[in-house]
Amino acid sequence: MATETERLNTYSEAWAVTRAHAVAQEPVWLRQLREEGWARFDAKGFPSTREEDWRFTNLAALAKTPFRRASRGEFAVTAAQLEPYRLSGALCQLVFVNGRFAPELSALSGLPNGLLVRSLAEATDASRQDRASEGIEQHLGRYAQMDRDVFTALNTALWEDGAYLRIRSGLALERPIHLLHLATGAHAAIASHPRTLIVAEASSQVAIIEDYVSLGAETAFANAVTELVAAEGAVVSHLLVERENLASFNVSTLRIEQARNARVDSHSILTGGSLVRNNVHPVLNGEGAECLLDGLFTGAASQHLDNFMLVEHARPHCNSRQFYNGILAGGARGVFHGRIVVAKDAQKTDAKQTNRNLLLSPRARIDTKPQLEIYADDVKCTHGATIGQIDNAQLFYLRARGIAEAEARNLLLYAFAAESLDRMANPVVREFAATLLHARIMELVAAAKTDADAEIPTQNGEDAE
Amino acid sequence: MKTGKAENRQGFFSGRDMGRAAIGKGSMEKTAMALLEIRDLHAAVDGHEILKGVNLTVNAGEVHSIMGPNGSGKSTLSSVLARRDTYEVTGGSVLFNGKNLLAMEPEEAACEGVFLAFQYPVEIPGIGNAYFLRSAVNAVRKYRGQDELDAMDFLPLYKERMKLLEMDEKFMNRSVNEGFSGGEKKRNEILQMAMLEPKLAILDEADSGLDIDALRIVSGGVNALRNPDRAFLVITHYQRLLNTIKPDFVHVLVDGKIARSGGPELALELEETGYGWAEAEQTQALSA
Repeated sequence: MATETERLNTYSEAWAVTRAHAVAQEPVWLRQLREEGWARFDAKGFPSTREEDWRFTNLAALAKTPFRRASRGEFAVTAAQLEPYRLSGALCQLVFVNGRFAPELSALSGLPNGLLVRSLAEATDASRQDRASEGIEQHLGRYAQMDRDVFTALNTALWEDGAYLRIRSGLALERPIHLLHLATGAHAAIASHPRTLIVAEASSQVAIIEDYVSLGAETAFANAVTELVAAEGAVVSHLLVERENLASFNVSTLRIEQARNARVDSHSILTGGSLVRNNVHPVLNGEGAECLLDGLFTGAASQHLDNFMLVEHARPHCNSRQFYNGILAGGARGVFHGRIVVAKDAQKTDAKQTNRNLLLSPRARIDTKPQLEIYADDVKCTHGATIGQIDNAQLFYLRARGIAEAEARNLLLYAFAAESLDRMANPVVREFAATLLHARIMELVAAAKTDADAEIPTQNGEDAE
Repeated sequence: MKTGKAENRQGFFSGRDMGRAAIGKGSMEKTAMALLEIRDLHAAVDGHEILKGVNLTVNAGEVHSIMGPNGSGKSTLSSVLARRDTYEVTGGSVLFNGKNLLAMEPEEAACEGVFLAFQYPVEIPGIGNAYFLRSAVNAVRKYRGQDELDAMDFLPLYKERMKLLEMDEKFMNRSVNEGFSGGEKKRNEILQMAMLEPKLAILDEADSGLDIDALRIVSGGVNALRNPDRAFLVITHYQRLLNTIKPDFVHVLVDGKIARSGGPELALELEETGYGWAEAEQTQALSA
């Protein structure tokens, strides 16, 4: 763990700047929220592995890295650098550089009526308040929990910008909204704290991609918090893509609030990052709400990919499904922590959780931990976890038909991963995810081959409870 | 290479000369050389010897049946020929088309023209039948120096052969063997054989678990694939399959060795007498 001084230097400078800006530009309620966030972070610091929720993830490397805040306009990004990360099927693309909205790089033309897309900093700027800020005070910071998560507290104190999306009642959008977060530092380790608020009003429909990319090889730290509010009958799909470089830290928290009959699909694909924590926390807060948490984490080298799911069933007749699959090569380590909490009056809850893992090397490791807290008596909750290797009988079958070994491994890994794609309803999102996966799986097969040609993988890991 | 495709399309189920065209240059020496030459083959699993000196010569165009009681080594023989690495070859040699088969990886053997129709075809969730088979066909075509087939070229061939095996087109997009009945799996094996055009097809208990209808379809598929350049090794416990796939030679494998060889009449004799004699001989040999 970092010393007190290091931690203060790294984040307190950023806090001084943010606070000064907040005093000058932001409404009182927001300043109070930030003060509260800083106070909590300042009091608690980063969690240690003695805390149950962080048992498998050691934050020492993150805590001892001296990050700083990027100043405005410090790192320029050209359109050419951005080109590989454009998504042609997207409705619009908001580009953020080190956590700040970059309008000159974004594509926001031709938006339909009823869709509001704004920089969160702009929308909360007290000096230019207009109708665009409507609904923000009602929602921002009302769901993400600073008291139980210090990263949320830190984000709340330090966020500079992010997206504010509001989808009017009844508006159905077919093409996804792409939120592209670029980290670039030119030899500086930059921390950013993107904050996103998505409000899908009643019976609206929308798909959102949150995409984290590094432009260089520098270490960066993205500490993102997204609050997603799905009003009655809304249908929302969210995809998190973490594909930053292998020196980066990423902590992403998606807090979902669902009203009656709202349906939210949360997908995640983790391919990059040195240390990644993917928090997904839906609260099913209206009867008939449904959520799907569908994830695929793929690690190689010494990547550490931690998936922390907390599904809260607060009302009766809600349905949740979790499918998280991991593929781990080299010395990569994966974590799946799936907690389901069923409140006392959440009768007829139907909750299911599955975590399947493939280990491609003897040094790869997975820790999987289901955790059920059930206070109602008429519920259906199931969980299961598996850990295995590529099936030799399947591998031989493919090879016996003439398919070379590496290609056969590609096919089998892709088949394992593609389950996750099958659950993506939006065709543009699915296509985008499929392209990422194809490339990633070829990398993993190559890595597994060079890593341990002669070694026989052994099983590792833990089935707790 | 366009002509190659045309040949294939016309191919297979219709012309007896097709195989020769597909094999190409290699067929020149073929008359002088056996397609498969097994000499004193020994193989073990986990240090336990199962094949104890198998000798067998198979020429192109011939159908050989290997019969024998359970545990005699029939499936081990087919697995060794398909190059499954759970079997360790402890002695002997196998030449396929003049090449050392025992030095080949499974995919190499397949590309050279060895095809094993599995006794228990494995299910592979997440990989579509058509996608899998096109990958396999293209791997083999690439190895043989032929152009790869795109989906437009592949699908008509695939559908045509599905019809011959009385398989519904819905199987195309289902995962490989997933949720298939026993008969559907066996038909899928023969379908793959029809698409991959092997020189040597090994059928491992192709009849096990099949009802009369499925047996008729499977045998019909195999018979349609018979031609002067292709050989079959039909491994079976029962004579039943040999009523419809008529062998030129029958061999009886007992305790890891070929105990008797003969013509089709040997299968009928076994049907009458069973394997009792073989087991008795084995017991005698053990006690002697």
